[in-house]
Amino acid sequence: MSEVVVVDYGAGNTRSVCAALTHLGRTSTVSADPRLIHEAPHVILPGVGSARSAMTHLEETGAATALRERFAADQPLLGICLGMQLALQASEEDGGVKGLGLLEGIVVRLDAPRIPRLGWALVEPWGETFYFAHSFVAESPDVVATSEGLVAAVRRGSFLGVQFHPEKSDAAGLEFLASCLSLA
Amino acid sequence: MPLPRLIPCLDVAAGRVVKGVSFVNLRDVGDPVELAQHYSAGGADELVFLDITATPEGAGTMVHVVERVADVLEIPFTVGGGIRSVSDASRIIEAGADRVSLNSAALADPELITEIARRFGSQAVVVAIDAGDEVVYTHGGRVATDIATVPWAVEAAARGAGEILLTSIARDGQRTGFDLELTESVRDAVDIPVIASGGAGSARHVADALRVTDAALVASIVHENPAGLPGLRREIEAFGIVLRALKERT
Repeated sequence: MSEVVVVDYGAGNTRSVCAALTHLGRTSTVSADPRLIHEAPHVILPGVGSARSAMTHLEETGAATALRERFAADQPLLGICLGMQLALQASEEDGGVKGLGLLEGIVVRLDAPRIPRLGWALVEPWGETFYFAHSFVAESPDVVATSEGLVAAVRRGSFLGVQFHPEKSDAAGLEFLASCLSLA
Repeated sequence: MPLPRLIPCLDVAAGRVVKGVSFVNLRDVGDPVELAQHYSAGGADELVFLDITATPEGAGTMVHVVERVADVLEIPFTVGGGIRSVSDASRIIEAGADRVSLNSAALADPELITEIARRFGSQAVVVAIDAGDEVVYTHGGRVATDIATVPWAVEAAARGAGEILLTSIARDGQRTGFDLELTESVRDAVDIPVIASGGAGSARHVADALRVTDAALVASIVHENPAGLPGLRREIEAFGIVLRALKERT
């Protein structure tokens, strides 16, 4: 069995996450199989696509239930970008979408000079620069790191969610992923 | 605002990175994967790959290049050239590209911008504009349209584009500096990021562009001396532009 299951929700770029994991010497499988989500040492909910189609896909495949159970069992889960946003209670995206509800908070449209917010930005208090590409942003009491005043990371129990893309954040991103996996 | 971005652009033909002037005298300058890794190690914030042949037969070759690049690169990259449908875009994004860049296909069918943005998000759609004297050009800058540059940028943004890649045809390859006036006119008209392109000949040129917009595309200035990218970044920073801090790989 692979060390990491990268949850497949039918859209976008899971290849880059797997490539970064390979770089770190970790094996990975892209799947929405509830059994694999239960059993994997680590699960990553990646982040590309639209909230509604992602949630629909997760509910239909049974992955949503498996993710909630995994969270309840205190097994590690990492959400990236949309994957982090989906873990909250709801999103304004696509006219309103109910999330997995693992964490407190909602997802709202960004209020920024240019949207999407694209590029590298400092994340505090971590003091590292990561790559962001987003038009929506979390508002959550579970915030543990910010970037330019915006929520950059949330944590509750075994779930850690980040707005940035560690798999696209060069050496800083690889180091971040390695430290997440070492906790598993 | 996120930090300004320095973006090397690689022209690809038949699976190889090439260099030439106005699509003639193409010279093979290397393997896309090796050059991508090299520029990434040198501090590129992002990369752009343009399939300059963009023939239907070449599409499969480009997808293969994208897969090989995605497997080794840990910075974002955009792929353009020959993307004419949602399924073309899907193949490139599923192969591992972060964004696709649309040019003449978006002019021919602006709805394509919306369709790709709906499926993959606006951050995945770049609209490339080749700008000449007030109007947009096609066919690598050789054929003028009757579409004015700034209104087209505004329409592309309204239709869901997440970024404009704005090339000044007059400056492209000239190394006399970016067209800052053109860049500012588009920047002021849209509320999505704008990449300045065409004319980079020195660190000062890049610094000047990064004072007015979010990102600058560089080509010949880095291709002539791929080992010079870290030095170029330092020179740009010496002009007062703060780029992202590079971190050593552990």
